[in-house]
Amino acid sequence: MIRIFYFAGLRELTGTAEETAEFTGKTVADLMQWAESKYPGIDNGAVRVAINEEYALPDDVLGEGDTAAFIPPVSGG
Amino acid sequence: MMKAFEVVSHPIDTQVYADYVLRPEAGAVTVFTGHVREWTNGVRTLYLAYEAYVPMAEKKLAEIGQEIEEKWPGTRAAIAHRIGELQIGDIAVVIAVSSPHRRDAYEANEYAIERIKEMVPIWKKEIWEDGEEWIGGQKKKPEGART
Repeated sequence: MIRIFYFAGLRELTGTAEETAEFTGKTVADLMQWAESKYPGIDNGAVRVAINEEYALPDDVLGEGDTAAFIPPVSGG
Repeated sequence: MMKAFEVVSHPIDTQVYADYVLRPEAGAVTVFTGHVREWTNGVRTLYLAYEAYVPMAEKKLAEIGQEIEEKWPGTRAAIAHRIGELQIGDIAVVIAVSSPHRRDAYEANEYAIERIKEMVPIWKKEIWEDGEEWIGGQKKKPEGART
C-alpha cells in the first residue's frame, strides 16, 4: 500500500486530503492514470507528483509504504 | 525554538531570522518580507489562506538555503513561510540572508523568493467578496484578474 496526499485545489477536486491504494511496484505514470480515471481533470498537465517528499518522474517506481503527493502549481511567497 | 527553514502557523517575527543569520563576518543582512496584498489588478482580496505540504516544503526551503550557500559562498540564509488564514498586511514569508558584503545578500535574497515561487509546495487561496480561488490552480479568475 502507498499513502496518497492531495493538496489545495486538488484536495477540493478529489474531496479528500489523503487515501491509500495498492501501487507497490507500479509507476508514477500508472498512478496518474489511475487518479485521472477516478478524479477526471486531475491530470491537467500542470500537476506534479512527489514521492517521499521529492519530485518524481513518470517512470519512477513506487515502493511499499511510499508516500505520493499530487502537487498542483505552487503559489507560495 | 525556530528552525532556519520552516513553515509556521503563527505570526512571523522577522527579527528571529535576522538574528539567526547574523555572524561576526557578515557585513550585510537583507531581510525580505512578503505581505498579503489587498488589491491585485483591480480585484480586492479580503484575506488569504495558505496551505503547505509541510515536511516537503521545509525540505525544499532548506535546499534553497544550500543552493544559496553554494552560489554565494560565505552567505547564510534563513526562511520562514506562514500558513493558515492571513489578513491584509500580514507577513507571509520572510527571507534573511547575511553575507560579508551587501551585493551577495541582495542577490541571494531575490534568488530565494524566485525559487520559492517555482518549487516549494505551498499554495495560497485568495478570498474575495464574491468568490475564492486557489492561485496556480485549475480554476479561472474573473475576467482580467490574472496576476
